[in-house]
Amino acid sequence: MLEVANIREQCSWIHKDKATATEKAIILGRAAIAKVQLNAPLTAGESPVVKRALVIGGGIAGIQTALDIAEAGFDVDIVEKQPTIGGKMAQIDKTFPTLDCAACILTPKMVECSQNEKVHIYAYSEVEEVKGFVGNFTVKIKKKARYVDENKCTGCGDCTTKCPMKNVPNEFNLGLDTRRAVYIPFAQAVPKVATIDPNYCNMLKNGKCGLCAKVCGAGAIDYKQKDQYIEEQYGAIVVATGYNPIKLDKFEEFGYSLSKDVVTSLELERLMNAAGPTGGTLLRPSDGKHPHTIVFVQCVGSRDTSGCGKPYCSKICCMYTAKHAMLIREKYPDTEVYVFYIDVRTPGKNFDEFYRRAVEQYGVHYIKGMVGKVAPRANGKIMVQASDLLMDEQLHIEADLVVLAAAIEPDKSARPLATMLTASMDTNDFFTEAHPKLRPVESPTAGIFLSGVCQGPKDIPETVSQASAAAAKVIGLLVKDKLTTNPCVAHCNELMCNGCSSCERVCPYGAITYSDKEFRMPDRTTQLRRVASVNPAVCQGCGACTVACPSGAMDLNGFSNSQIMAEVDAICQK
Amino acid sequence: MQGMMIARAKELLQDGTVNRVLGWQAGEFAYDITPAVFETAEELDAGFVYNAFCGNNLSKYLIKETKKDGKVLVFLKPCDTYSFNQLLTEHRFDREKVYAIGIPCEGKTSGEMLKAKGVSGITGIDEDGDSITVHTVYGDQGFNRSDVLEERCLTCKSKKHVAYDELIGEDGEVLDSHRFDMVAKLEAMTPDERFAFWRSQLSKCIRCNACRNVCPACSCEKCVFDNPESGIAQKAAADSFEENMFQIIRAFHVAGRCTDCGECSRA
Amino acid sequence: MPEVNAYKPKIVAFCCNWCSYAGADLAGTNRLNYPADVKIIRVPCSCRVNPMFILRAFQRGADGVILCGCHPGDCHYTTGNYYARRRMTLLFSMLDYLGIEKERTRVEWVSAAEGAKFAATMNEFVSTVAALGENKRLEDLRCKE
Repeated sequence: MLEVANIREQCSWIHKDKATATEKAIILGRAAIAKVQLNAPLTAGESPVVKRALVIGGGIAGIQTALDIAEAGFDVDIVEKQPTIGGKMAQIDKTFPTLDCAACILTPKMVECSQNEKVHIYAYSEVEEVKGFVGNFTVKIKKKARYVDENKCTGCGDCTTKCPMKNVPNEFNLGLDTRRAVYIPFAQAVPKVATIDPNYCNMLKNGKCGLCAKVCGAGAIDYKQKDQYIEEQYGAIVVATGYNPIKLDKFEEFGYSLSKDVVTSLELERLMNAAGPTGGTLLRPSDGKHPHTIVFVQCVGSRDTSGCGKPYCSKICCMYTAKHAMLIREKYPDTEVYVFYIDVRTPGKNFDEFYRRAVEQYGVHYIKGMVGKVAPRANGKIMVQASDLLMDEQLHIEADLVVLAAAIEPDKSARPLATMLTASMDTNDFFTEAHPKLRPVESPTAGIFLSGVCQGPKDIPETVSQASAAAAKVIGLLVKDKLTTNPCVAHCNELMCNGCSSCERVCPYGAITYSDKEFRMPDRTTQLRRVASVNPAVCQGCGACTVACPSGAMDLNGFSNSQIMAEVDAICQK
Repeated sequence: MQGMMIARAKELLQDGTVNRVLGWQAGEFAYDITPAVFETAEELDAGFVYNAFCGNNLSKYLIKETKKDGKVLVFLKPCDTYSFNQLLTEHRFDREKVYAIGIPCEGKTSGEMLKAKGVSGITGIDEDGDSITVHTVYGDQGFNRSDVLEERCLTCKSKKHVAYDELIGEDGEVLDSHRFDMVAKLEAMTPDERFAFWRSQLSKCIRCNACRNVCPACSCEKCVFDNPESGIAQKAAADSFEENMFQIIRAFHVAGRCTDCGECSRA
Repeated sequence: MPEVNAYKPKIVAFCCNWCSYAGADLAGTNRLNYPADVKIIRVPCSCRVNPMFILRAFQRGADGVILCGCHPGDCHYTTGNYYARRRMTLLFSMLDYLGIEKERTRVEWVSAAEGAKFAATMNEFVSTVAALGENKRLEDLRCKE
């Protein structure tokens, strides 16, 4: 039994008068004695660890985390809701600050995932339900029907050229071109398996067609395929759900919905990509002509406290815009490039040098000021009205292409996932870390780890380092055979519990569950009552439940109600 | 109204929808109504009453009644439905085992108030709109409803039912009550005046626990005041402090869960 | 000695283990002086403090009760201090409503790095409570000698 009366920090070091300090020391000692008398032996529990990890999200963050965990010898599953892993990085053309091609560095990692026997990919799948706690999660995964047998499909692509439904917007190219109803998102997709889009397939909708089944040499097409549900046990879960650019319909002044030639930066990536809709030649989406004047608008919805956008800085826009401007000036030196910015933020290794190169070497016109209005003209040009804050003048630029650096926001699937995981989120739907400085890759919920933009905006180098950090934390957890649990946890006196759920509502960890239990009543009958129980492996011992409990059934080991009362009494005693 | 309720209760008993009926019956005196359970049509005919004295909030009794087999029919006044919902969110009873009928209420008559007005020998009561007729052994006496209302009914917050399976009569509206007038008055006082006010109020407390027993929010299996381990267990109020303590803690415990049903003030 | 007769208030300070208790330690290591009337009780989190503890302290003759926790958003348990804040707002307004001066009760956020704030807060709180004088209203008479 141990209690500490803190005489040094709370007495001898602060009180100069010996008599009063001694008096206080006696009282502190009395309080500690009063508490220690009521101490009960604390025994740390143990819980086993399932040696398998789940990574939710198959972008670069999820891929890196999975590969690092697999490297340490643990099994790891990736759940990706799209038909292929790769995420946003697969859509990006070049990466800053080195300008190497994104696909060249990403696709080998994707292939490694598919070939590593420790990594299992559930593509076109979603997490449906999460139960359990650190070391022992049970997760239900919904494998959506592809209507193609993954094991039989060879990825030859015959079906994707024969399908008569030609006008399906291609989401991989952000709707800038079309695909068929049966498709493989891109050439290097992993797994390289075709998927039938049930919203467009005539066979699935009306039972007429069946052409893909006829052309498939492997006999992989299965129109009767159903969603499958898989239940798996995991010791740790990594969230890597990533981001999306925000919708721009609230920003009418930028004319995104008025002209095809007002595009987002991610769309520009596809327009410049060799595998994109224009084969890598930068052409205007409206008429396929070369643009000669291009205006970039920064902070579209970022650092926006008006309520239309996001209050935070999206962090990556300054750098990718410098990259775009530089690449355009490199390929098409006859093009004038203007960048309107509030501030240029380029912290990071070799980042500021990169931006300076865009300005000094490539002659990109950086103008401090906001764009007021983007208005498409009848002649196909786009009028950009802006103010130059440094020169204090109004500018009117006749542009051929306007590129909007749309703010990024966490993927919409993150919020319901956070609820399932009982992991906390901030008001912007980014996952909260256990400690902003000292535990940046862990969620406050034990056993849940964070990787990539789901925790906050970050670029690829940062994402990859955080992904590896999350993997290191997961490995540190999985390498243990058993977890020692904190003995100072809450417990419930079932005889007094009302089953009212007050404690469950305040528990930040989801450590409290309810079950119906039989109780013997004084009149020898039995009664079924709903009572709470605390999972000691999940409880962190904050004590919120002990106060929420109206009947006083909840108490906290090590800091029990009677102990704290005894301390209060001892201190207030004359 | 009483006739309609008995008739509907009999129907539901007969067709097997419910096994029991939770309602009211006369106590020792006509104005002293108590909650009661009826299992047959005969019992209903013999004992069931619903009149201007039936103030008791029946929702708390569901905790006990739903522990038994079968389904129970309960009659709920508008204010009772708020407690009903609160108990439901606290999982205190199984909604599946309850059949709730909402009944209208025009404000209940206070027996104490009648006595204070010199009425004695009460044998019954009738209501018709704003007028109340009290039958006594000495003959009938008429009153304005508003003159003999329960204190809590003076500041009724709602005549609208928020939970029911069916309604008898018309549903009302949420009212613009003046229930916080007294609070505003107290808040305007100095701390000394306030303390004096509460002392005079709380010194009336005899710790009979009636407020706790009728309160639908006070439905703990074991109250902290009865649990020696809680450190605040107490039986009778020995001094002014304990009177204060009991009421503060009780107020804190029901904070956020109290639905303003006013049962405590009636008890 | 003149201090013998000077009124000495009894102050109970509940400090959360992760921020405020560490802040108090820092005040100690920095030798920052504050009145000896303050006695600290360590709790895992400010949300562990049951209103009953505070009432009990007043019952046993405390003159002031202060609850210290992590700054909003910094709680070790994510949301504990928000619960504490809500509960104490309610309790303190209830006590105020009853006629217990609201200056006798306080919630303060003190981080582990704020030793100076801890000492300053205690100095200020003690003098505020001392100015009000003894708490008689909630004291249990039987606890007096």
